[in-house]
Amino acid sequence: MNNTMTYQPKLDTSPPVADEIRQTTCYMCACRCGINVHLKDGAVKYIEGNRDHPVNKGVLCAKGSAGIMQHLSPARLRAPLLRTGPRGSGEFKEISWDEALDTAASWLAPVRETAPERLAFFTGRDQSQSLTSWWAQQFGTPNYAAHGGFCSVNMAAAGIYTLGGAFWEFGSPDWERTKLFMIFGVAEDHDSNPIKMGLGRLKERGAKIIGVNPVRTGYNAVADEWVGITPGTDGLFIMALIHELLKAGKIDIEYLCRTTNAPVLLDEDGLFARNEDGKELVWDRATNTAQPFDKPGLKPALHGTYEGRTPVFESLANRYLSQDYAPEAVAERCGVPAAQIKRIAAELAHTAFEEEIEIPQPWTDFRGVTHPTTKGRPVSFHAMRGISAHSNGFQTCRALHVLQLLLGSVEVPGGFRFKPPYPKPVSAHPKPHFKTTPGKPLDGPHLGYPRGPEDLGLHEDGTAKRIDKAYTWENPLSAHGMMHMVISNAHAGDPYPIDVLFMYMANMSWNSSMNTKGVMEMLTDKDESGEYKIPKIIYSDAYSSEMVAYADLIFPDTTYLERHDCISLLDRPICEPDAVADAIRWPVVEPHRDVRGFQSALIQLGARLGLPGMTNEDGSATYTDYEDYILNHQRRPGIGPLAGFRGDGTEAGRGAPNPNQIEKYKANGAFWMEHVPEEAQFNKPTNMAYQTWAARLGFYVSDTPEPYLFQLYVEPIRKFQLAAEGKGEMQPPEHLRERLRETMDPLPIWYEPFEQAAIDQSEYPLHALTQRPAAMYHSWGSQNAWLRQIHGVNPLYVSGEVWESNGFEEGDWASLTSHHGTITIPVARMDALNANTVWTWNAIGKRKGAWALDEDAPETTKGFLLNHLIHELLPPKGDGLRWSNSDPVTGQAAWYDLRVKIAKAPPQETTSPKTGQQKSPVGKGPATLEYGKRWT
Amino acid sequence: MTSLPQSTEKSLGLVIDLDTCVGCHACVISCKEWNTGAYGAPLADVDPYGAQPVGSFLNRVHTFEVKPAEGPAAVTHFPKSCLHCEDAPCVTVCPTGASYKRVEDGIVLVNESDCIGCGLCAWACPYGAREMDPVEKVMKKCTLCVDRIYNENIPEEDRVPSCVRTCPAGARHFGDLSDPDSGVFKLVEERGGFDLMPEQGTKPVNKYLPPRPKQEAAPEMDVLGPLLAESTEGAGGFFGWLDRTLEKL
Repeated sequence: MNNTMTYQPKLDTSPPVADEIRQTTCYMCACRCGINVHLKDGAVKYIEGNRDHPVNKGVLCAKGSAGIMQHLSPARLRAPLLRTGPRGSGEFKEISWDEALDTAASWLAPVRETAPERLAFFTGRDQSQSLTSWWAQQFGTPNYAAHGGFCSVNMAAAGIYTLGGAFWEFGSPDWERTKLFMIFGVAEDHDSNPIKMGLGRLKERGAKIIGVNPVRTGYNAVADEWVGITPGTDGLFIMALIHELLKAGKIDIEYLCRTTNAPVLLDEDGLFARNEDGKELVWDRATNTAQPFDKPGLKPALHGTYEGRTPVFESLANRYLSQDYAPEAVAERCGVPAAQIKRIAAELAHTAFEEEIEIPQPWTDFRGVTHPTTKGRPVSFHAMRGISAHSNGFQTCRALHVLQLLLGSVEVPGGFRFKPPYPKPVSAHPKPHFKTTPGKPLDGPHLGYPRGPEDLGLHEDGTAKRIDKAYTWENPLSAHGMMHMVISNAHAGDPYPIDVLFMYMANMSWNSSMNTKGVMEMLTDKDESGEYKIPKIIYSDAYSSEMVAYADLIFPDTTYLERHDCISLLDRPICEPDAVADAIRWPVVEPHRDVRGFQSALIQLGARLGLPGMTNEDGSATYTDYEDYILNHQRRPGIGPLAGFRGDGTEAGRGAPNPNQIEKYKANGAFWMEHVPEEAQFNKPTNMAYQTWAARLGFYVSDTPEPYLFQLYVEPIRKFQLAAEGKGEMQPPEHLRERLRETMDPLPIWYEPFEQAAIDQSEYPLHALTQRPAAMYHSWGSQNAWLRQIHGVNPLYVSGEVWESNGFEEGDWASLTSHHGTITIPVARMDALNANTVWTWNAIGKRKGAWALDEDAPETTKGFLLNHLIHELLPPKGDGLRWSNSDPVTGQAAWYDLRVKIAKAPPQETTSPKTGQQKSPVGKGPATLEYGKRWT
Repeated sequence: MTSLPQSTEKSLGLVIDLDTCVGCHACVISCKEWNTGAYGAPLADVDPYGAQPVGSFLNRVHTFEVKPAEGPAAVTHFPKSCLHCEDAPCVTVCPTGASYKRVEDGIVLVNESDCIGCGLCAWACPYGAREMDPVEKVMKKCTLCVDRIYNENIPEEDRVPSCVRTCPAGARHFGDLSDPDSGVFKLVEERGGFDLMPEQGTKPVNKYLPPRPKQEAAPEMDVLGPLLAESTEGAGGFFGWLDRTLEKL
């Protein structure tokens, strides 16, 4: 054979890779991984994970690696913008920052002097809520929140009220020790890299993974067992597990007595019996007397009636031992066979009690009792929006925490572990504040945890103090506010109109709102005088999103590589169970556009408005920008935005401001971390070594240890229920009385999701939901040249049963109809799916003209939003009232309650509804990309 | 036609764990960002913000659904890049000698200065692992990050392909598959690693680890048997059990 001889060229296998590597924090999603940004010739060449970082330990996801394309996105805004065309048109003129800030100040100053509540300031997926909430407090408006209300407040609030914290940034499974892991309602995100790393560790160790999700993608695809549950029934499934465990006596009685309120006595009103010091009482079987719960050496009773009072545990056992929660009773509704429920209960019991862990680590509890070892039950759980984004989500999240407690698997080796500064009980959190005074700050923090009806935000006439109606009888524990109701309520002037809507990083005219088309109309609707019903809208975003087109004044934000940030213990921290940590971002490259980090702009606006804390006595600005604030702001003496390298650079937690602090962070990989002492690593709520350490580092506003019991039974919730039963001075309106009585139950319950209870289920037989792909973060990913090649379209996935019964064939389109509207979209078959569920990827669909994409980009022609089918209100009940499509406890948006019907439709040119087109204020992207050519 | 070496000193390659891969595409993008600024021509994207974005990638993740006769449907994520075959048909088909397999480590590479963009190698590869760059019109393929794995300018622990360095789930492993003492060799032994499409006779170096058998059909456990001596029905029996348990604490 006449072969060409192989010529093996000499390669340079050791080329220089970077001129410099700068370490900062990723912001391609909310995980906050550490990254090494490789710079060459002044440009970003490569981004990898930081091996030393506590969150990602070196790995990085697709989004993180695609950061180069986000940083260079053609959709980046270039300068402040003032609207010149009608709202929604995208017609703007570029203005200077002075003009932008002066304009904003001219709109806001009169509001503050007359009626501060007429500013609604809501931020989206930002990570600077300790600054933004403080700013809003100094301004004086009660109308502030971030995006938790439409994200996962059910999870967060249920966690705080039950355990003192929930999943994700509050805590994590003990990946190194757990032997059985159940993950509920999580697609591919939250928190992205740590879960993938954890699953990899479980696989290496041979631990079993059970995925509970209607859709089998991502984490559920690699799970050893998949429970393809019917949406909205997770609570029933969990309570059936509890039923089985109770029936078999597979619960940790010692743990329940020691660390939960199981033995606490309930009086005839269902409130805790207390002594004169306010301490909860338990019944001591040794002395036959009521004693404070924290007295050492008690033998507490768990059932019986003592002087008219019964322990919490008796109510719990009576409820879940009922045949209503037997696997056979729930199986059909859950879409899970009874035998599978029983087997999973058996596996939980087996792993928890037959494979107990014992670590030779002594520890001393708050009663003064020293335990020679630390025992653990190696079963762990994680859950997110799949169980929480339902109108029964709060109680479902609570049920999961109760299951964890009955198994004795919270804050123990092998179980679920908190990340400092969590856990923090409700008592360590503020109450909500609402009191406005023209020209003055609000009377305290906006968002908190109500202890009872007295903490609601209601005027004497019963109307809401907040524009979003958070903290009202409609949703008393709305601890994250209700961003999804702001535009709808402001448009309706219910409870009152506003003058200025100010938002940051929340695409509210698109994927972040229910009823998207309706919201677009509300934003453009005018009154009789021709003025917009929502008179002024200020918005800040780094990119040309759909929401930019609907605002009047735009503050252009930087990309994440061009900005200062602090990932603060005062906010949403990045800690690990064994370590407390915080982090920074800093400009690893400088922007060459006329943009500013939003937080800097906010501080500068605050100074123009003369806000206290941001303005010196002579009227000058206290802080030049966000970096200055991060370095020098003190929330209380010695406690600032960053906990590391304070004082002389060696002080942790508390200490004087250190002018070199940010430099210290840069030199340390952009983060600071301090390990939890060995003795303090488990049983944190009751472990005095932990409590003392936490108080020393400044985690508690009280600056003293705050040990507490886990709350199987939540007394504040009972107080609302008691009011609904007619007791107490604060009484709910009559139309809410019955709902409050049912849903404000101090022990977890299940009830049918509101939308499906309100519609004819035979007409709308299917559940519909979205999942976030691993390679996209909300609407951001579509501007990214690399990521959009992975997820550029989003068909509606339907089960084999639905596919065949509708006679679908490949390439078909369908109309999907809810009680609120119809969309026409492409369909695709997927068998690894709950038979009665349809789903699609979240936020792939785009409006024409947005994100610097071409008008015929597949995101605009084939992509779609399910949001058009979801109304922010429930179907009218004929009572003339507007019932929010939200959880009745917290107000969380009930995205996943959606019910639909499907029908074959003729193929379409584009999906519908049509949403018009916006002009791009930044032009369009290039026709080709050869990124990196200069280095090859 | 181009010849392959008789043997190579090492057989560097990847072992990809299909049991662990969650299909997150981290490897796909990390590969793209490293290689667009590294060996050879950049990995271009045509119409990157338009109607039909098409870019070259050296690694892609495919997703398959399997519906077994019994039990629920399963989803497998399947990352695919060049398998650095011992009998690489992409090399032997090359008319210019641009495609070659390195003697020292077995990596299959394209010498782009000799590549005429005829595309024969892509036709010859049974795995579809080669992609023509849409701008430079030269053939692109996985280099096993040949400019990382020996690179003295990066820390030793990072001298692995970018996809391996980044994989969050730890589903990708790199090493010498001809060395029985290597981690990857042992992993293949332990987990029953297999060749992709062995019937093609290409003797791929890369191996795949199969998904573990799912435990959905696990036998019913009896640990929830009648442990409550008096009764398992209703609260009366339960509280009797509770009292006895409390006494034992």
